[in-house]
Amino acid sequence: MVMQMNATQPFVDQFDDVQSRLPGSKLPWLEAFRKAGIEKFSTIGVPTIKTEAWKYTRLPNIDCKEFRSANWENGQVAVNAVAEFLSDALNQIRLVYVNGIIRPDLSNLTNLPDGISFEPLTQALESDPEFIESQLCTEELKYDQGFSALNAAMMESGTIFRVAKGVQVKEPIEIVHMNGVADAPIIGHPHNVFVLEAGSQATLVMRHAGIGTSAYFNNAVTEIVVGDSAILKHYTLQTDCMEAIHLSTVNVRVGKDATYETFNFAIGGRLSRTETRVRLEGRGAHCNLSGAYMMRGREHCDNITIVDHLVPDTTAREVFKGVLDDEARGVFQGKLIVHKYAQRTNGHQLSRALLLSDRAEMDAKPELEIYADDVKCSHGATTGQIDENALFYLRSRGVPEALARNLLIQSFIAEALEEISDEKVREAIAGLVVHWLPADCFSVDEWVQA
Amino acid sequence: MLEIKNLHATVGGKEILKGINLTVNAGEVHAIMGPNGSGKSTLSYVISGKDGYEVTEGQILYNGIDLTEMEPEIRAAEGVFLAFQYPVEIPGVPNVTFLKEAVNAVRRHRGEDELDAMQFVKMIKAKTEELGIAKDMLKRAVNVGFSGGEKKRNEILQMAVLNPKLAVLDETDSGLDIDALKIVSDGVNQLRSDERAILVITHYQRLLDHIVPDFVHVLAHGKIQRSGGKELAFELEEKGYAEYGVAAE
Repeated sequence: MVMQMNATQPFVDQFDDVQSRLPGSKLPWLEAFRKAGIEKFSTIGVPTIKTEAWKYTRLPNIDCKEFRSANWENGQVAVNAVAEFLSDALNQIRLVYVNGIIRPDLSNLTNLPDGISFEPLTQALESDPEFIESQLCTEELKYDQGFSALNAAMMESGTIFRVAKGVQVKEPIEIVHMNGVADAPIIGHPHNVFVLEAGSQATLVMRHAGIGTSAYFNNAVTEIVVGDSAILKHYTLQTDCMEAIHLSTVNVRVGKDATYETFNFAIGGRLSRTETRVRLEGRGAHCNLSGAYMMRGREHCDNITIVDHLVPDTTAREVFKGVLDDEARGVFQGKLIVHKYAQRTNGHQLSRALLLSDRAEMDAKPELEIYADDVKCSHGATTGQIDENALFYLRSRGVPEALARNLLIQSFIAEALEEISDEKVREAIAGLVVHWLPADCFSVDEWVQA
Repeated sequence: MLEIKNLHATVGGKEILKGINLTVNAGEVHAIMGPNGSGKSTLSYVISGKDGYEVTEGQILYNGIDLTEMEPEIRAAEGVFLAFQYPVEIPGVPNVTFLKEAVNAVRRHRGEDELDAMQFVKMIKAKTEELGIAKDMLKRAVNVGFSGGEKKRNEILQMAVLNPKLAVLDETDSGLDIDALKIVSDGVNQLRSDERAILVITHYQRLLDHIVPDFVHVLAHGKIQRSGGKELAFELEEKGYAEYGVAAE
């Protein structure tokens, strides 16, 4: 516990040290916002396991003083061209960051359709500060958790994505973060703002790739507004390296008849934690918060979801599936809150984990909090091992044991992948599953398209 | 083809099979009948190699080779097939993909070239038509949402594509209505041949009206108590297993 108490101060010192150099330092509203953030953080501090949302997750024992913000040079490291994720990704619209620094040379905005703005936070603070102010500054600082408050104080990167009323973009748009290639441990606090105006549609793919071996600490906050009748598909792919700490807080507001679909796929990372809070604010609002994670070694993956059903006729669906090998740990904490007037809410929540080793561990805590009387909600959590009967069934058909095990893992994960409505993304994620599995397994073609 | 000699086997430390002797030649169909708890399913699992079923004494010779130390997948590749009493559901894996994987795993073992997608589809199409199996069963996930009859038909389809030399049918009639029973039995009868031996394990005589055996054996208390021709099945149907020291259920 001593470690956790002492963990707060280095972050505060860091803020004092860099605040004058942070982007937008000439904007008085931003200065006030940052100040409110650091004050909140100083009060709350780094979360401990006494914090409910951190009950099963401890911040790894790192020396926070060693981590520092990236500078321009850190972003100029030579990296291989961005690996294509989507199969026909020619002319893929994307922003690419290396060690948290925007890389225009690797990014591509040439095909950006009309009605969309897509730019780094640093740039948007110059081009459209009023918009950022309108999104960030509410009467009171909304962040009630240590790391999101710290992000408010320290935000130095991130992406602003806006889709104008009625504009519908079919092709996925990418945000790529490449990390782990610095000469010293780096900490970053990206702050993203995605706003889809009424009737618009877009698909965003966020990739976090650990492409080197240096330690990094990513403390992201993403603010999302899905306007009335708008549809946002938001997919996150974490292929972080062993030395990565990846914390992400996502706050979403979903309007009338609007849909927010998110899928978080994680392989790797010393600690990978995503907390998604969704407010279903308009009648007919729908969200699907699902994900899959595959962890080995001593990796730790934590998914937290909180959905507020605030008005009648809203629906939420969650399907999380995790595969844990070696001493890996998985955590799922999900809460559906059905408020007093939210009649006819339909909520479904499922967490399933497959343990491949006796030393792997899963903690799941699904919760329903219901204050309305006409609702349909279900939740479930299971943790199990490879089904010996199924394994024998496959082997009795001639399938070798190692392959049979992989096929059963693929079978297990498939149920989560079905939640991804974008076919290209689903296939690409299936490819990452195949890549994660050792040796023989179904190829993507055999598995997904048959 | 199959020669079981003084076979003793335990499950969880408890002896279930207590000295089985049985010889099955190519081209023959043998029925093993017995009451619940007699060791019928244990025998089928021991032949096919399920974990947890330990052979403590005796041998299972298959074309002269002892199977007892062999992995189940090797047995399958060598031509041993078990049709399950309760086929397992595998969500998220299309039946056709599973069948292709199984066929090619067996072909690899036998040193034959794997079938590519085209060759496989051609082969599987022919087999489904022969057996009167609906094509949509191939696209669906393995056994997921299948009716009892569909599951058993899927077992027979697997048997047809894997082309085993020794097929063991474990309680294939359980959970089938009379129409499904007929379809499944017709499938098995199509697969009878001079090169293949079939071992039908069942509690009831009714399956043997459709798959007529050459020999019938009565299994009780972990041992073959009596052997005879197909008329033995009728006798059992009439008298039950009482004379083998088993109370009526």
